Amino acid sequence: MQRIWGIVLVMTLIWACSSDNGSGSGMSDDVDPGPGPTAETFARGPMLANWADNIIIPAYTDFSERLSGLSAELEAFKAESSEANLVALRNAWLEAYKAWQHIDMFEIGPAEAVGLRLNLNSYPSDTTIIESYASKGTYDLKLPSNRVAKGFPALDYLINGLGESDTIIVAKLGSETAKTTYIAYMDAVLKDMRELSDQVLSEWQQGYRDTFVNNEGASATASVDRFVNDYIFYYEKFLRAGKMGIPLGVFSGNTLPGNLEGYYDNDISKVLFLESLNVSQDFFNGKHFASDAKGESLAAYLDALNAIKGGEDLKKIINDQFDTAREQVTALGTFREEIENNDPPSNMLLAYDEVQRIVPLLKVDMVSAMSISIAYVDSDGD
Amino acid sequence: MGHITPRPCDEQILFLPGGNTLFGRKLEALNVKLGHTILSQLKLYLETPVEAAPLAVFRILFGGMMLFGMLRFWSYGWIDKLYVRPQFFFSYYGFDWIKPIGNYTYLVFAVCAVAAAMVAIGYKYRMAIIVFFISFTYIELMDKTTYLNHYYFISILAFLMIFLPANAYYSVDALQHPRKSFQKIPAWTINSIKWLLCIVYIYAGLGKLNSDWLLEAMPLKIWLPSKFDVPLLGDFFRFEWVHYAFSWGGAAYDLFIPFLLLYRKTRPFAFVMVVIFHLMTRVLFPIGMFPYIMIVSSLIFFDAGVHHTLLRYLDRFLKLGKQRFDTGTILVYGSTAGNRLKYAVLLVFFGIQLLLPWRYLAYPGELFWTEEGYRFSWRVMLMEKSGYAQFKIVDGKTGSYFYVDNTDFLTPFQEKQMAFQPDFILEYAHFLKDHFKKDGHKHIQVFVESYVSLNGRLSTPMVDPRVDLAAQKESFEHKPWITPFNDVIKGI
Repeated sequence: MQRIWGIVLVMTLIWACSSDNGSGSGMSDDVDPGPGPTAETFARGPMLANWADNIIIPAYTDFSERLSGLSAELEAFKAESSEANLVALRNAWLEAYKAWQHIDMFEIGPAEAVGLRLNLNSYPSDTTIIESYASKGTYDLKLPSNRVAKGFPALDYLINGLGESDTIIVAKLGSETAKTTYIAYMDAVLKDMRELSDQVLSEWQQGYRDTFVNNEGASATASVDRFVNDYIFYYEKFLRAGKMGIPLGVFSGNTLPGNLEGYYDNDISKVLFLESLNVSQDFFNGKHFASDAKGESLAAYLDALNAIKGGEDLKKIINDQFDTAREQVTALGTFREEIENNDPPSNMLLAYDEVQRIVPLLKVDMVSAMSISIAYVDSDGD
Repeated sequence: MGHITPRPCDEQILFLPGGNTLFGRKLEALNVKLGHTILSQLKLYLETPVEAAPLAVFRILFGGMMLFGMLRFWSYGWIDKLYVRPQFFFSYYGFDWIKPIGNYTYLVFAVCAVAAAMVAIGYKYRMAIIVFFISFTYIELMDKTTYLNHYYFISILAFLMIFLPANAYYSVDALQHPRKSFQKIPAWTINSIKWLLCIVYIYAGLGKLNSDWLLEAMPLKIWLPSKFDVPLLGDFFRFEWVHYAFSWGGAAYDLFIPFLLLYRKTRPFAFVMVVIFHLMTRVLFPIGMFPYIMIVSSLIFFDAGVHHTLLRYLDRFLKLGKQRFDTGTILVYGSTAGNRLKYAVLLVFFGIQLLLPWRYLAYPGELFWTEEGYRFSWRVMLMEKSGYAQFKIVDGKTGSYFYVDNTDFLTPFQEKQMAFQPDFILEYAHFLKDHFKKDGHKHIQVFVESYVSLNGRLSTPMVDPRVDLAAQKESFEHKPWITPFNDVIKGI
């Protein structure tokens, strides 16, 4: 008898030390991914597949096309530097910028590895650096310190901010010296953007898609847990704060219109914001890219969980709040007008409150219903 | 095993503060003989010399696990992450003088680890366990963000062990000083560890007797379905009956396991239950070392024979010669002032352990919501609670305001813990006030918009958003600015 207990104890200790393996990530709740759930439960795998195949990869593909469209317009402008071609260039830039809103939130895997967001959309841009690089012609856009001198914000400055009117801008961009300065710099910036985004797209197409979809477990490093964190982080930090809260001055006490996304084009900040808000809501509902079809989604997941748990219809509450926020923001003037012409910008502050209200719904209610730990803190619990 | 000759010992005393007189006299009035029987039974239960081997095994395993725990914590980089890098730490009320000390924090962990190793081998045991208790408790007091019931358990267990002769048998101390070597020790020294475990289990069980846990199967109804990828069991976690079975089973386990462990016939079964239960919690939840500590601790309930076997196994590797410790000597505590003080301290200690979990009754409102009296009460895994808190810094004169980006000051872990615990929110509000005062702001008022979700309920504000938290003081009194919970949870 005593012998048996001795053996039990020794076995327990061996298991204790070996199962608590402290794998690379330092998670103490790493569990072996077992067989996938059966058909009746909500399956995370199909949701990940829906995200990857119907939302993420199509959005990257579309973005890539928009950037080549932008390149084409730049070539056209180079060939004939007219005001009409400037307007066409600007439109192509705006289309690409809107398409960017569809991929901005997917800063996971390849995009995270290359730092796509920082490289393509760090704003406000530093116009002094842009001017000096454009005039000198020597620069290394790969340097992290140059992120404020490239991407969409740099193009914004170059096609919208060089002068008061299109005539002045065309005069600056169409001059002979511009070919080796501004235009050459635009070429370089655009080339950098295309390289980075094409790299991300090809990685998604060539393997990362399967890595992402197959990591369907429930640990803190599983795709759903990680991506939901990224999604909420995006909403809170880049949509709510970056596009609205910071320029509105809610974190500093005084307004900072210069921090608006697309500052030099006077009225696109709101357009970009609304695009991004729609993308966030569509993602929540699993809506396919550029289509009304819907697949497995966070909303469907909440429904499935609610079927077990009973209680409030969180999916509806979240969608209603998205709708309210959209209505309020749509009713505003352009963000620059709202911020620069009102002190304090009360209407925009009220709209901000509605945008803000989505955060606790996602970060507290949704995440807690799904039992996803936020910001996957790797420490013990009890 | 050496032959044991108990020495008649008139030095033995039975010390019960208040008990000898109050308890004794009452009984005297009723029935002297009966009183005498009960008292002598109690005396027997406390003072009978018993084999010291179980306590030695306990000491070795406890010290070993603590050493392992410290190294694990260190190797995961948690010292840096939790205690060095954060710029602000949440203090327990009255302990704000205990803070991490920059890179010297590593030293505290090193001291703690060395002390744990010394406890394990029983070298300068008394000093080692005191140093372990102090350093471990210091670590736990540095930031209450990391509060875990099992850390608290280790702290109080280490405190208790200061008073136990855990180095009497199979230790370096006993080897070096034959005077300190005893084969038998008073029964209370082993029983007191059992009492502490019983308190932990029974209070953990009582804590589960509430309507959320038993009637709604909350929070397991949230947690279990998300563990769909656990091998074998994962597929069952979507069934509601499984959630109820786990809830009721868990409560029953906590309430009855101490008795099953105490009773010899059910003990092997109980130990198997302990192993299964704790390994299950290990698989399901990020619970760290706790399951192993509980499994190992419950070995103390076994008869000395088991422990002698374990030590024989150990001795095959260490080759200390286990028989050298089987001296037949018996440790008897005389009725010295020092010993009386020791008994008094232990009685107060156990009194506190029994009463502390009930302190929540002194507060109005729902315990799970306000968390006033929640900690140090063995309420383990009872809540799925999360929150979101947005702080607003207002100039009281001009009314101009701005919001705080919590990530400027707190780690994600701190922000998460802060957002649903009122005492954290208050402490952070004061930190913000001081911080912005230094920045030159004036007439600072701090308001918070908080949303907290408890056990699957829709999130609602937890703190009155109109209350200036900078003007509120921390105390043991109820915090009137906590918004009342808009539901009812019945039970203990």
